Amino acid sequence: MAEVFVAAPDLPPPPSTTGAIGWLRENLFKGWFNSTLTLLAMAFLAYAVPPLVSWFLIDATFVGDAETCRAAGGACWSFIGAEFKLFMVGTYPNDATWRALLSGAMLVTLFVVTARHMLSPLVAAALWLLLPIPVYWLLGGGLGLEPVEESRWGGLMLTLLLAVIGVVVSVPLGVLLALGRRSRFIAIKSLSIGIIELVRGVPMITILFMATIMLPFFLPEGVELGVLHRVQIGIIIFSSAYMAEVVRGGLQGVDRSQIEAAAALGLRGWHTTVFIVLPQALRDVLPPLIGRCIALLKDTSLVIIVGLLDFLGIAKAASQDPAWLGFDAEAFVFCAAIYWALCFSLSRYGRSLERRGHGAFRD
Amino acid sequence: MTTEQHDTPHAAPGDAVISMEGVHKWFGDFHVLKNIDLEVKQGERIVICGPSGSGKSTLIRCINRLEEHQRGRIIVNGTELTSDVKNIERTRRDVGMVFQHFNLFPHLTILENLALAPIWVRKTPRKEAEALAMRYLERVDIAEQAGKYPGQLSGGQQQRVAIARSLCMNPSVMLFDEPTSALDPEMIKEVLDVMVELAEEGMTMLCVTHEMGFAKSVANRVIFMDFGEIVEQNDPDNFFNNPKMDRTQLFLSQILSH
Repeated sequence: MAEVFVAAPDLPPPPSTTGAIGWLRENLFKGWFNSTLTLLAMAFLAYAVPPLVSWFLIDATFVGDAETCRAAGGACWSFIGAEFKLFMVGTYPNDATWRALLSGAMLVTLFVVTARHMLSPLVAAALWLLLPIPVYWLLGGGLGLEPVEESRWGGLMLTLLLAVIGVVVSVPLGVLLALGRRSRFIAIKSLSIGIIELVRGVPMITILFMATIMLPFFLPEGVELGVLHRVQIGIIIFSSAYMAEVVRGGLQGVDRSQIEAAAALGLRGWHTTVFIVLPQALRDVLPPLIGRCIALLKDTSLVIIVGLLDFLGIAKAASQDPAWLGFDAEAFVFCAAIYWALCFSLSRYGRSLERRGHGAFRD
Repeated sequence: MTTEQHDTPHAAPGDAVISMEGVHKWFGDFHVLKNIDLEVKQGERIVICGPSGSGKSTLIRCINRLEEHQRGRIIVNGTELTSDVKNIERTRRDVGMVFQHFNLFPHLTILENLALAPIWVRKTPRKEAEALAMRYLERVDIAEQAGKYPGQLSGGQQQRVAIARSLCMNPSVMLFDEPTSALDPEMIKEVLDVMVELAEEGMTMLCVTHEMGFAKSVANRVIFMDFGEIVEQNDPDNFFNNPKMDRTQLFLSQILSH
């Protein structure tokens, strides 16, 4: 018996999945739950965005004094402009500002050159380690430069100084502590564990107080350190302990077979550590290591409690200026924007490092 | 050649390169090696086989002291292996080892993998060490990959690189710890070919392997281990055709039956 072919009835055309309508349907109105969320979110934006825009831009004052600002009612960006030097370098003397600028330029250049992978890792590391020397000379003076008292260092300059030197010194110290923690020698091992656990068990503020008050007792007679240096040492000690734990995680991740292969070739223990174990360990922990750097940069804002005026501290101080009273919000928004830009570029650098690592080197 | 710099001169054919006398080893309570007596002469090619867990790998890992033995004596090139670090380092420089999982350094290029030990252990100038590395890469037919990283190579290529890396130290003995066990079948031959070539050049070799074809054609002695003991050793002809011990016969019937 021959079967007769019967065509299936035509289906209605499918809903559009391309173009603007398709995109809206797919991403914003897929099902009643998503549609409700979308409508709620739109309502919130309609409520919150216009006042923000008018405060930030429409009613904002870009040129003019405090009176103009108050009359306009919006943000007073001219306040930031007027106090800009204070925000950047604190009360650093005017005729020496070029020294701060030059230090900043060196830092930015080195960061860009490193972030674009224009230097071999070893050269870059060496330059970063050496950076504090010219920077301290430029900022502090001496050897032909007019000395500038450290009580006049402040603002973003102080924040970057504490953070960059903190990172540059605490990463190698952290590596040493992490290696020490794995040492065969019981004295080195217990000392490393002791330092790491002691520091990690104490809030950073405590470390800062201890550094400013107790550190002078441990210094040899005749050696005097200013508050800034004591705080810097405190930050380095604090950061090293955390770096050490990050690095230790990386060291544990390196397979024992790598160490065996190096040993079988006759490589010494420390050659194996330097050429085989550390490079692999550090590459594995780059994301958390960069995370610690970002945390350290933000933690430097705690130095305000021992009387240093870092970027955030200066923002608070600037808003107390009698000529510009009542513009705290602008100061803090500006602060937040700069902090965010710094942390974001660090984190982008971290991502680019990870991507490089995941290309060729991975096995 | 500039590479002929040895801490101990290569022995003449027939001299003992390795001798193990009454060697015992325990992992905790587990007695892995029981009273091992073994002498390896210059130019000998020895294959060690046996079921897994029989102590074959541990035995060859004791020879460059990746494992420590607890009793007995191990003498390599006239130096007894003790806890003396200097002696251990000297021995390791002279004893090459190839691992089951290659153990190349993933963060270094192929060329850097090869040149690292000559530069830092033998103190060869970098240029010379790299030239040496290229020569050995050519020998294992992989020179065009010198700039790549291990992760970009196939398993067979990686194992050939690992062999070349050992050869760069100009060793007097080569230890192979199941060099083809981690390889896909089609890559086993390219590694075995390199090993056969080495054997033909007179390299002293100890191979832990399940490649019985290699044992038959290359070895001049086959050792069978079980439960940490050397059960039987003989030349390949007699070993495969005329095994004396029951355990050897059972083992051979199992691995040769398929």
